[in-house]
Amino acid sequence: MFDAPADRKTLVEVRDLKMHFPIYAGLLRRHVGDVKAVDGVSFDIFDGETLGLVGESGCGKSTCGRAVLRLYDITAGTIRIEGEDISTMGQETLRKKRPTMQMVFQDPQASLNPRMTLAGIIGEPLDEHTGLKGSARRDRIYELMDAVGLNRDFANRYPHEFSGGQRQRIGIARALALHPKFIVCDEPIAALDVSIQAQVVNLLEDLQDKFGLTYLFISHDLSMVRHIADRVAVMYLGKVVEVAAREGLYADPKHPYTQALLSAVPEPDPVLHDTAERVILTGDVPSPSNPPQGCNFCTRCPQVFDICRLKDPQSREIEPGRHVACHLHNEPQAAGETAA
Amino acid sequence: MPDGALPVLDVKDLKTVFRTRQGEVHAVNSVSFDLKPGELLGVVGESGSGKSVTMMSLIGLLPSPPAEVQNGQVLFGGQDILKADDQTLRAIRGARIGFVFQDPMTSLNPVFTVGFQLMEPLRKHMGMNKRNARKRAQELLELVGIPDAGQRLRDYPHQFSGGMRQRVMIAIALACDPQVLIADEPTTALDVTIQAQILELVKDLRRKLGMAIVWITHDLGVIAGIADRVIVMYGGQIVEHAPVRELFANPQHPYTRALLETIPKVHGERDERLRVIQGQPPMLGAEPAACPFRARCTHRLGRCDRENPVRVPVGPDHDAACFWDAGTGGARDV
Ligand SMILES: Nc1ncnc2c1ncn2[C@@H]1O[C@H](COP(=O)(O)OP(=O)(O)O)[C@@H](O)[C@H]1O
Ligand SMILES: Nc1ncnc2c1ncn2[C@@H]1O[C@H](COP(=O)(O)OP(=O)(O)O)[C@@H](O)[C@H]1O
Ligand code: SF4
Ligand SMILES: [Mg+2]
Ligand SMILES: [Mg+2]
Repeated sequence: MFDAPADRKTLVEVRDLKMHFPIYAGLLRRHVGDVKAVDGVSFDIFDGETLGLVGESGCGKSTCGRAVLRLYDITAGTIRIEGEDISTMGQETLRKKRPTMQMVFQDPQASLNPRMTLAGIIGEPLDEHTGLKGSARRDRIYELMDAVGLNRDFANRYPHEFSGGQRQRIGIARALALHPKFIVCDEPIAALDVSIQAQVVNLLEDLQDKFGLTYLFISHDLSMVRHIADRVAVMYLGKVVEVAAREGLYADPKHPYTQALLSAVPEPDPVLHDTAERVILTGDVPSPSNPPQGCNFCTRCPQVFDICRLKDPQSREIEPGRHVACHLHNEPQAAGETAA
Repeated sequence: MPDGALPVLDVKDLKTVFRTRQGEVHAVNSVSFDLKPGELLGVVGESGSGKSVTMMSLIGLLPSPPAEVQNGQVLFGGQDILKADDQTLRAIRGARIGFVFQDPMTSLNPVFTVGFQLMEPLRKHMGMNKRNARKRAQELLELVGIPDAGQRLRDYPHQFSGGMRQRVMIAIALACDPQVLIADEPTTALDVTIQAQILELVKDLRRKLGMAIVWITHDLGVIAGIADRVIVMYGGQIVEHAPVRELFANPQHPYTRALLETIPKVHGERDERLRVIQGQPPMLGAEPAACPFRARCTHRLGRCDRENPVRVPVGPDHDAACFWDAGTGGARDV
């Protein structure tokens, strides 16, 4: 279903991934429901590419990224990395896989131990997973600091002595320590000032070229994703509603949610604002513990029609490499049936 | 907005300093701007550039100590409100200048219903009785697009979503028909589709009510969408000021120019590589004796290290604080 273009191999394959968090209530802590944070998503990430994962807060991006790295015991579905099924792998076996898959977090402040020096933070994964000692270890730390543009003189300083952008570089250096192939970047620039964001994004791109990295780049910033991603997956309320190559997605979004999301981005161009037709969605996103019947977007979709409130649309490849989950893009015969 | 109309708010040479244990922090340096009737003035700048402190200073909301408004004049309704007593200031803040902040939960009181919080200023500043205040409160919620307004008056803030809470904040700020609305990053914490709703609402309210608005944001896209005029802040100072179209079409200050080049866009051409502004925003401390942008500026001249540039006219209603002249690409002739 997600055949890689002839020249590319699939590094990460996610099928029908579900991550539900149980909700307990009352004195007896009865299980009364589930937060369906990720509710059946499928996508591939090709070797050496960047897949952007976009959507509004709470739609399940972080949960999806963490689930793909098996930071959770997933509810259902399969995850293959380089063909190896890790969906039900035990933690001990996973530990050995860890070096190849890493994560960079949004908040560099919160993800770095304030009591460790920069060398300690970057060296920690080396101590856990490699036998590097003494000068070999120190050289590797320096090498990593060089790679992310941190001055070697800073090795003995503490995270609080650094700015947000520099702290993000520390987080990236740490993620690189064990020669990973795949890095989930969860909103790595969201906490940074506009003038610093480009510095970090360019660094991520340089590192990708240099080390042949594959990224899942999670972000709510659609313009930055257009810059960095090769392909983009759009999430809404626990589901991936559209997956497409970057150019196609931005030039001609197919899913009504993708259309609304793109049209809501305020462009830094006053002339465009005066002329652009906007799709303004009404209402708020429903709760992931109680998604609507039918299509998850049916309560806000400007193009909703009868079947949307009854049946959950299946994702379909409407053009090569382009997957859309929307009844408007159903098989012609299926659409005919519903009209009858 | 009629040109030359008397401004509703006229801020001159505002200077705010924090006295901290580490020394003085000159957070707002000689900031001057005016606000014309009915216009929307956008204030854009990165975090720490002095946007909030400027607005808090001018309506006396900063705790002193550590803050000290050392200089300036803020003319509102013919009166310098920096010299006004507390009671006058409270009356102005409650009724004639409305406020909306980034995080509604810090300004809404969680233990009172939204209805109560809407009715309070109406009763206090407009002298309405309970019945009239309730009626007006419902109208206000309807005005800002909250469904079932009558019912929702009885709800508490936590029962509203983020976007709806921000609407409630706007309703409270508008309760007493203020002449000026100051909105400090009101959509920064919201998702884009909810932000788009709020921006539409503001455009609609401007058509209906016609108050003047100061809208603070770090997002140039938001500014492009709603502002008439824009001031750009950097390091506690205004570095550029222009009508919105002029600013985006013809930016003059190296910071504004770099900022516009560094942000990627959703439409149009896509650069293979992002332009970078090197370095970090300045840490504010002592009064700057040089250009605050110089360490990151690609046009830096010898003079930039010795003097802090003042704003000079660079076009109609357009000024920039810079020794470099974007027109000639050389030193400015002043
Ligand atoms: N550990 C958890 N327990 C319960 N609910 C969770 C947990 N983590 C995330 N959620 C819920 O799952 C949904 C998706 O969250 P998240 O993946 O963080 O979204 P995003 O990253 O897109 O903002 C949200 O409703 C969130 O509250
Ligand atoms: N309570 C305080 N004590 C000391 N300095 C402060 C205080 N509040 C703000 N500042 C200083 O004022 C500067 C401007 O802050 P602010 O106006 O909040 O920035 P912005 O709203 O543009 O993000 C900050 O860089 C900070 O150095
Ligand atoms: S004054 Fe000098 S350093 Fe400052 S922005 Fe202008 S050219 Fe650059
Ligand atoms: Mg997240
Ligand atoms: Mg602020």
